[in-house]
Amino acid sequence: MKQKLVLIGNGMAGLRTLEELLKINAELYDISVFGSEPHPNYNRIMLSPVLAGEKTIDDIVLNSLDWYQQNNIELITGDSVTKIDRVKRQVQSASGQIRPYDRLLIATGSNPFIIPIPGADKKGVIGFRDIADVDTMLAAAKTSKNAVVIGGGLLGLEAANGLMKNGMQVTVVHLLDSLMERQLDKPAAALLKASLQQRGLNFLMEAQTAAILGEDKVSAVQFADGSELAADLVVMAVGIRPNIALAQQSGIHCERGIMVNDTMQTFDPKVYAVGECVQHRNICYGLVAPLFEQARVCANHLAQFGIARYEGSVTSTKLKVTGIDLFSAGEFHEAEGDETLVLQDPSQGIYKKLVIRDNKIKGAVLYGDTMDGTWYFQLLREGTNIADFRSTILFGQHDLGDAGHGDSKVLSLSDSAEVCGCNGVCKGDIVKAISEKGLFTLDEVRAHTKASSSCGSCTGLVEALLAHTVGDGYDAAPSKKPLCKCTDHSHDDVIHAIQKHPIKDMRSVFQQLNWKTPDGCAACRPALNYYLLAAWPEEYVDDAQSRFINERAHGNIQKDGTYSVVPRMFGGLVKPNELRAIADVCDKYQVPEMKVTGGQRIDLFGVKKEDLPPMWKDLSAAGFVSGHAYGKAMRTVKTCAGDTWCRFGTQNSTGLGVQLEHLTWGSWMPHKFKLAVSGCPRNCAEATIKDFGVVCVDSGYELHVGGNGGIKVRVTDLLCKVETEQEVLEYCGAFTQKYREEAHYLERTAPWVERVGLSTIKQAVVEDEAQRKVLYERFKVSQKVSQIDPWKARAEGGQAHEFTTLNIV
Amino acid sequence: MSNWKLVTTLTDIPQLGSRVIKTATMNIAIFRNSEDRIFAMKDECPHKKGPLSQGIVHGTSVTCPLHNWRIDLASGEALGPDQGCTNTFPVKIENGQVFVQL
Repeated sequence: MKQKLVLIGNGMAGLRTLEELLKINAELYDISVFGSEPHPNYNRIMLSPVLAGEKTIDDIVLNSLDWYQQNNIELITGDSVTKIDRVKRQVQSASGQIRPYDRLLIATGSNPFIIPIPGADKKGVIGFRDIADVDTMLAAAKTSKNAVVIGGGLLGLEAANGLMKNGMQVTVVHLLDSLMERQLDKPAAALLKASLQQRGLNFLMEAQTAAILGEDKVSAVQFADGSELAADLVVMAVGIRPNIALAQQSGIHCERGIMVNDTMQTFDPKVYAVGECVQHRNICYGLVAPLFEQARVCANHLAQFGIARYEGSVTSTKLKVTGIDLFSAGEFHEAEGDETLVLQDPSQGIYKKLVIRDNKIKGAVLYGDTMDGTWYFQLLREGTNIADFRSTILFGQHDLGDAGHGDSKVLSLSDSAEVCGCNGVCKGDIVKAISEKGLFTLDEVRAHTKASSSCGSCTGLVEALLAHTVGDGYDAAPSKKPLCKCTDHSHDDVIHAIQKHPIKDMRSVFQQLNWKTPDGCAACRPALNYYLLAAWPEEYVDDAQSRFINERAHGNIQKDGTYSVVPRMFGGLVKPNELRAIADVCDKYQVPEMKVTGGQRIDLFGVKKEDLPPMWKDLSAAGFVSGHAYGKAMRTVKTCAGDTWCRFGTQNSTGLGVQLEHLTWGSWMPHKFKLAVSGCPRNCAEATIKDFGVVCVDSGYELHVGGNGGIKVRVTDLLCKVETEQEVLEYCGAFTQKYREEAHYLERTAPWVERVGLSTIKQAVVEDEAQRKVLYERFKVSQKVSQIDPWKARAEGGQAHEFTTLNIV
Repeated sequence: MSNWKLVTTLTDIPQLGSRVIKTATMNIAIFRNSEDRIFAMKDECPHKKGPLSQGIVHGTSVTCPLHNWRIDLASGEALGPDQGCTNTFPVKIENGQVFVQL
């Protein structure tokens, strides 16, 4: 018989936990949900746009009644649980319903704090928490004129903006002299206040509310100094308090909130709690993103996996007032010894401040231009060292050449503007999918719209749209990004486990790291295969079935299912008999098209899969090996003519290119990897947009790394300058090996260099000679295994099943 | 009428891999998963006709190599938010020999 799970609280945290649980194990529990409100689960953070008339209640429903039915979840609405009997393990509701439980989940959220002043219980005094409050406000706006919002924080300002949009005269009363003091510093708060005043809001600062006046219904607000302000409606938005009454009555240990450990368990091991009602490591959260992290962890334990831990969240805030861009995160008030970076452009209404400690971002406040909020937030949470780019960091990620294509001001784009150029997805499609389908994560948007699911260059734009559309609910940078949906471990966790544990085969990775799926998926299997191969080149047996088809068939699959063949031409040099051999092969196998590639070699298109091995046999006989044009591997070394022919050449760039290609060919990499050698600073081989580029100068060789000429053009960083060809080879091998061992699978050198910082790489490859030599040595060991030509092996009959079809007997 | 056709042996299909059967009218992909279950379906993704036989097999699904649609091996239905379906064929294993009903 199934176990019974009862959820008290039909809100975002509780339902998110159920969704996560159903994803992992839909069969484990019979589930009942109690909700005090008469509605299915809706997106509470979108109440502000509903109040402002920009959305309807239907727009913000997250789980429709059908959803509960489809998942066999019993939903009891409009009925509060009044008693938890922890001995009998059952709950009882106001209407007398009783449900037994094996596991109980409390997600009762929070209540608005009503200041205990005389008259606070009069009609027309409300909080801003649920649909009923919104209904009250909308009704008041129809019949009366004056509204007073007490509290100039996030919620108060959103309520005030909404009431004003509904035609009321609104005054915001704030106890302090600066708005949103928990999210903003004074300069940003001043900009915000000016902008809101311009829109028609009134402010009464440093005012202490003393009483609510009126007969039965509110008529005015009285302040400590005796002054009064007429009011038909008073919204108290001075904070929230975790709703712990029920838990407290039931003897579950509470302080400010219900006390939970890192597994979201309360002091009663049968009882879990998530959301605004809990207190974790002494913090009660009032924003949505942390709740989602808690939900993931709690679901993991309810599903009896027992591995996830919640370790607290760093939160960020955005104000959902249309037309006002505001973002804040972390410790934005500088402490003793902190540095601040500030950009102020008063006439454009832009203010950006970053608080820096030891070259790491500790806090951020952005006003007017919040495009880079998610980026700063990610740097903050990952503790990235910003020393390498702090001089330009305030200009945004775009300034690093990493913002993707197109206009970065995504919010100003029209609905018909194309965001994802690969899949032809417009801004309107994405925003519609996010709001209609209740999407919260990049993965969900990718699955539903295909936007950002191909080349990924629009990821930043899609993330910005998500952040804007769902507001605080968007969890921009989970503190730990899982490698894929099959695991909670990050790329770094997995790499570390494989290298240090050590783990040397894929089944053991699944077992020891508690993979949730039997065989992984198309995302993690190639990654694991690579990590195992990179860590244990001499021991791990490559798993063909975990490779993407291109690397399994050693050719690029084309849209019609045929393949392309690119023989390697070392340094781009080629001899007449080699060209003849290629021409003969094309005639023999009727290759429909040949093309000279940008990598200085020749691509043969439209080859049938079964023709590949015999074709490779002919190419092999002519001395060719695979060009790995299909792989996450070393691709080409582009060269210029060099000093043999060119009157400007300073070194033998072609010869050096050939040597580099002989050193590196065949190497599997986290992503594709390109080299180039230019014979002089004119740089005809375009070495400064390659993963590893050499620019020859009269006195030696400049080594450049981390360039990219593809999705996001990025110019290389100068690694160092060396004097001999032998040094070029050694530094190249060491850099390559460091990238091979530490980068995430499918991370090019450009984002890798930006993520770990050039100084880290310089330290290992340039400054520490011993480490350089060790890296170079390890690269050569791995090359012993890699430089067995895969084409020749298959031409001689290897992996024959891959290339032959079956006949019906 | 029995139209079960012998196509190969279980061991000739790699685990978590596939083979392709060429027929007069279409290519049929035959898959073997990690539990040695066998599945057969038209070798054509419902999305843009990508050869599913060339995809990565995991659990009871295959991911199309062209645009990463996931197709359920048993039903031929696209999984997740994608919608579409490809034809499947009954299969059986007898004494290590694999038969497909055409």
